[in-house]
Amino acid sequence: MSHSVLPQLKPKDFASDQEVRWCPGCGDYAILKAIQKTLSELEVPRENSVFISGIGCSSRFPYYMATYGFHTIHGRAPAVATGTKLANPDLDVWVITGDGDGLSIGGNHLVHALRRNIDLNIILFNNEIYGLTKGQVSPTSKRGTLSPTTPRGSVANPISPATMALGVGARFVARSVDINQAHLVEVLKQAHANAGTSFVEIFQNCIVFNDATFADFTDKAVAKENQLLVEDGKPLLFGAERDRGLRLDPATWTLEVVRPGENGVRSEDVLVHDETNRTVATMLAGLEPPEFPMALGVLYRDPAATFDQQVLAQVEPESEGRGLADLLYGGRTWKVGD
Amino acid sequence: MTDQHSKTKTNGAGGPAMREVRDSVVVRFAGDSGDGMQLAGTQFTMENALAGSDLATFPDYPAEIRAPAGTTYGVSSFQIHFGAVDVKTAGDELDVLVALNPAALKVNLRDLRIGGTVVADSGSFTARNLAKAEYEGSPLEDDTLAPYQVIQLDIGQLTRNAVEHLGLSSRDALRSRNMWALGLLLWMFDRDKQATVDWLRAKFKGVESAADAAVATLSAGHAFGETVEMPTKIPGYTVSRAELKPGLYRTVSGSDALAWGLVSGLKSSGISRMVFASYPITPASPLLHLLARMKELGVVTFQAEDEIAAACAAIGASYAGSLGVTSSSGPGIALKTEAIGLAVATELPLVIVNSQRGGPSTGLPTKTEQGDLFQAVYGRNSDAPVAVIAPATPADCFHVAREAVRLATRYMTPVFILTDAYLASAAEPWLIPDLTTLDDYPVEMRRDPDGFQPYTRDGSTLARPWAVPGTPGLEHRIGGIERDSATGNISYDPDNHHEMTRLRAQKIAGIAADIPEQSVELGPEEGPLAVVGWGSTYGSLFKAVERSRAKGMDVSHIHLRHLSPFPRNLGDLLGRFERVLVPELNAGQLLAMLRSTYLIPAEGLNRVAGRPFRISDIEATIVRLLETERTA
Repeated sequence: MSHSVLPQLKPKDFASDQEVRWCPGCGDYAILKAIQKTLSELEVPRENSVFISGIGCSSRFPYYMATYGFHTIHGRAPAVATGTKLANPDLDVWVITGDGDGLSIGGNHLVHALRRNIDLNIILFNNEIYGLTKGQVSPTSKRGTLSPTTPRGSVANPISPATMALGVGARFVARSVDINQAHLVEVLKQAHANAGTSFVEIFQNCIVFNDATFADFTDKAVAKENQLLVEDGKPLLFGAERDRGLRLDPATWTLEVVRPGENGVRSEDVLVHDETNRTVATMLAGLEPPEFPMALGVLYRDPAATFDQQVLAQVEPESEGRGLADLLYGGRTWKVGD
Repeated sequence: MTDQHSKTKTNGAGGPAMREVRDSVVVRFAGDSGDGMQLAGTQFTMENALAGSDLATFPDYPAEIRAPAGTTYGVSSFQIHFGAVDVKTAGDELDVLVALNPAALKVNLRDLRIGGTVVADSGSFTARNLAKAEYEGSPLEDDTLAPYQVIQLDIGQLTRNAVEHLGLSSRDALRSRNMWALGLLLWMFDRDKQATVDWLRAKFKGVESAADAAVATLSAGHAFGETVEMPTKIPGYTVSRAELKPGLYRTVSGSDALAWGLVSGLKSSGISRMVFASYPITPASPLLHLLARMKELGVVTFQAEDEIAAACAAIGASYAGSLGVTSSSGPGIALKTEAIGLAVATELPLVIVNSQRGGPSTGLPTKTEQGDLFQAVYGRNSDAPVAVIAPATPADCFHVAREAVRLATRYMTPVFILTDAYLASAAEPWLIPDLTTLDDYPVEMRRDPDGFQPYTRDGSTLARPWAVPGTPGLEHRIGGIERDSATGNISYDPDNHHEMTRLRAQKIAGIAADIPEQSVELGPEEGPLAVVGWGSTYGSLFKAVERSRAKGMDVSHIHLRHLSPFPRNLGDLLGRFERVLVPELNAGQLLAMLRSTYLIPAEGLNRVAGRPFRISDIEATIVRLLETERTA
């Protein structure tokens, strides 16, 4: 596209004139930068992109974009975005949410957007904590999290967002990390390219209330060892030397970490990633360090007809047919007078 | 045959040649909720409409779909008031009660006027059914029915006889009891049955045996009145045609009229699409069902995952340039509250239909009430004014829906339509409006980027521009955080918030300049007493005032369509009356609003029984107030 006569928008052309008000060092800055870069590289017109968010730190996101933006109410962004998409399916609609917004107060809307497969890109910033309300546990907080509402440690089990999305029938589920800029941009492009609900969970560090909660797979020192970057059609290998892989244990139907070439493990024993395999995707979504690597990338993608296309297909074809007058006069009528 | 299965205590008013003439009649069909009473009532309504009667109906049914058979709480009924006169309510008292079982008699007898007629299916007055209805002995045998004329017929057996030749099971045959009763009532009031026959043929198309059974039963009931010998003589009546304005008519329920009015409003606004987002709730669901079948008229319906999502989807649709509409009943509206606040803050058009029902909480899901006026006008956090309007009759729902679309799009604001369970299902004849004569109100979306700011306001309406995603050069951000009064950017500035609060209020208040002045429905524009109402109580209030005036009392009827803001002359108008009576089906909500707005000592007449007012109750209060006035 370098020969295009249209001026190509740069990432900064997608930045609004508003001062960004996240805490210094917040992972949100990196995500903002990645999304601006993504839109620039996708060469989408600014007026066609709409960012719709709920409430929370992540949901301030639309104010910082030079596109259309709607900062709505807590948890309801998928519902608002559904209406927007039904009104105008040609818009590129992005939903920005967080672990509290999307999985706690708005869990219901997220579930139904995913199972309907409406054409939205839902980007969930997961920092495992409530930031804007000053540090309470969230639905993704690890057990034992100390917070103002759990001074003796939280006792509830966390939700795995990707596992939940797969469980309710999402057709596109991907994961990335705020600071993995190149990976994140690629995942976002894949999400944008997918027609239907694209669910992207981004591990995002909250430097103030939950710093380093993902350090066991995001710290530079361990990232290579503990991140499994999945790619469709490629073996599920990881580690700095790519010397470890995932194999399906046929006795337990679970994944296990193996080293090809050791203990009789052959390289063909390592699973090859098939992004249309929901069962394996669900297993990958559930893996956690230290026993396993954290699986990142497009865990699952199997496109299907979108909700908006199907709903609007029922509306359009008959448009030339009946008018309102036909309805009014169409029932049983009678005449009074001449 | 007939003598075997029927007996009567009436002396018989004569055959067709001796039909008694009546100005108007109130009939109620009552039976189990599975007995098809709504269907019989609807068809009886249609035949009366076709015969030229003015009419009003009142369907009343339990919240349970199939409550245990034979119980008093499982009784379903359909009331119709039809006549040659101007019929405005479903009627205070019944002239004829059709009771297909003891429970139906037990529940409904209190509404039958002394001397009225009971048509009872004696075959269903078994020991078991009597026990379920908590009758100690059969009311057909003791003096329970002494004050009434009683026609007792074994309708079950007569129905079986009618379909004997069709070889139906007894159980299947009994399903047509409603048709037999309908046939008999049609004969009693000298009505045709052809429209019903046509309707049954169409309904059971492809299942000819079912159609044959229903038609045979209907015909048998009709023929029975004609041919039955003494002593079973069935009284016959003549109700002549009403003086209706010439034109083409149909019957219309409030739900029909609302659906059509919304579509008509959509056309008038020039907006190409309505997104109607709702969640199933009694008694609001029929509106969703109706609109779901109007897809070719630019309507997208969305059954959301919950009430909140429904409101939010409607807002999201308006944001993107469609007409967003959401609908529910009180408990569901409560859930939508925060979203409505968002629409107030972001100043987006939103039509909210509330089909009010008895409350609080789940309350009385199928019964009518006017309890949500405060909720609509005041029920949000902070100062969050919206427009609120209410239809007076089923047909008025059409015009009110159009007005809601006009106000929502012209003022960029949520607009409440307060209808109720009664209006939703009640029906009346409707002079079908000529759609070409309705005023259009085309909406102009902002297109020009030059000088665009999302919160600069129109000089006359104070509305902000409707700038829709997809429009080049208008990219902007809106949200629930307080916005700068011009740029729309986040602003925590104290003076800006004060100014924005003032502007939001002034915008809604300014609608008063754009709606008609309040008129007086009936009576002079000043005097000792005004009866002031809103919503579905229109018919009862009008009739009560009309009757009182006929008796020489100086009283006027004022009925409000616009409840927020009030019409600009309302304070002056009310000030010209010595007393103001505000009858409402709530504990006094409009009353409180009028008192606080105009500092007048208005008085309430409040009844929350889940049913419309009786005309006589209002009339009695008018008499009491005017007599107090005189003696004071």
